[in-house]
Amino acid sequence: MASRMKKEAPEIPAGSMADIAFLLLIFFLVTTTIASDKGILNFLPPKQDPNVPPPDIKVNERNIFTILINANDQLLVEGEYGSTEGLDEDVKAFILNFGAPDEEGQAIYNSLPASLQSVVRRDPKSSDDPSEAIVSIKTNRGTSYDIYLEVFDLVKKAYFDIYAARVNLSSEEYRALSDEMPGESELQDKGKAGIPMAISIAEPDKQGGN
Amino acid sequence: MAKFTKKSKASTAISVASLPDIVFILLFFFMVTTVMREQDILVEQKLPAASQLQKLQKKTLISYVYIGNPKNVALYGTEPKIQANDALLNPSDLVQWVNQERDLLPENERGLMTISMKADKEVKMGPISDVQTELREADARRVLYAATKKVD
Repeated sequence: MASRMKKEAPEIPAGSMADIAFLLLIFFLVTTTIASDKGILNFLPPKQDPNVPPPDIKVNERNIFTILINANDQLLVEGEYGSTEGLDEDVKAFILNFGAPDEEGQAIYNSLPASLQSVVRRDPKSSDDPSEAIVSIKTNRGTSYDIYLEVFDLVKKAYFDIYAARVNLSSEEYRALSDEMPGESELQDKGKAGIPMAISIAEPDKQGGN
Repeated sequence: MAKFTKKSKASTAISVASLPDIVFILLFFFMVTTVMREQDILVEQKLPAASQLQKLQKKTLISYVYIGNPKNVALYGTEPKIQANDALLNPSDLVQWVNQERDLLPENERGLMTISMKADKEVKMGPISDVQTELREADARRVLYAATKKVD
C-alpha cells in the first residue's frame, strides 16, 4: 500500500518555474525607479531680525553683476537685454576681471592657469577682484522657475569651471569631489581659495505674480 | 550523408534547467534594490533640467518638499501647492514641518539637514520664494533644487 502511494506522487513539473519567475521579474523591472537625489545646491541667507535693520553694506556697483529676469522670462544682464546664451562666459569674465586687485588678488591672478589668465580683461568698469565680485539674480514673482534655475545653473557653471581649471580637473570631476574623502576636500578648497561663490538671490518683487 | 545526420543528432537542445536559477538571481536583485514609494505625490512633478548637478552623500539628511500644480484639480484647485510628507501644506506650516524633520535626525547632523526642493517646471517664482522665506525662518538653509541632467 505504502509503495503504491509513493509511486502515485510524481514530481511537480518545474518547467513553468521559469515563467513564474519571469513574470515576477518583469513586475519588479517595471516598478523600479532608481531614485536620483541630484540637484543644484544653494545656501539661503540667514533670516533677518526685524529689530535690526539690514546692514548697509557699500559695494561698488562695478563689483555686482546684475541679472534681472522679468515675468515674461526676459533677461536684463548688466543693464542690457540678454539671453542665456553665453551668459556663463560673461559671468566668468566678470569674476576674473581683476580691474583693481589688491595684493591678495594679485597673488590669485599669478596662481591662475594660463587658460584662465586669458579671460582676464582688466576692465576698470567691471569687478575689482574675484573676492569682491558678486553675482546678483533678481526675479519677479511671475518669473518661471525653469528660467530662474537655468540662469542659476549657468552662474554656478562659471564658478565651477574656474574652480575646476585651477585644480586641473574637468568641471564634472570637480563637482563629484566629496568633502568626506581624504585628499578630495583639499582639492575642493584649493579650487575655491580666494574666489568665494558669491551668488546673491534677491527677494522677488511683486510684479506679474500673486 | 549518413554521417551528417548522425552529427546533428548528437547536438541536442541546450539544457534549460538552469534558466530558472538565472532568472531568480535577477529577480532577487530587483526585489532587493526596489524601494517602494511611501508617499503619493499629489502635485505635478516635471523637474527642470540643469547641467551643474551635485549629488548629496547622505540620503538620511534630505527632506523633500514638492511644489507644483495639483494633480487633482477638482479637489485642490489649479494654483501651485506645497506638499511635504503625505499632505499639502500652507507655507506657514513649513516651519513646524522642518522642525519635526530636524528632530528625527541625530543631534550632531542637524546642521547639515538639506531640503530637496522638487519643484515643477511650470511653477512661478512666487511660491518658490515663499517656501524659501519659510525655510530661512526655520533655519534650514541648505537647499537642493532637484533637477534632471540636461542633455546637450
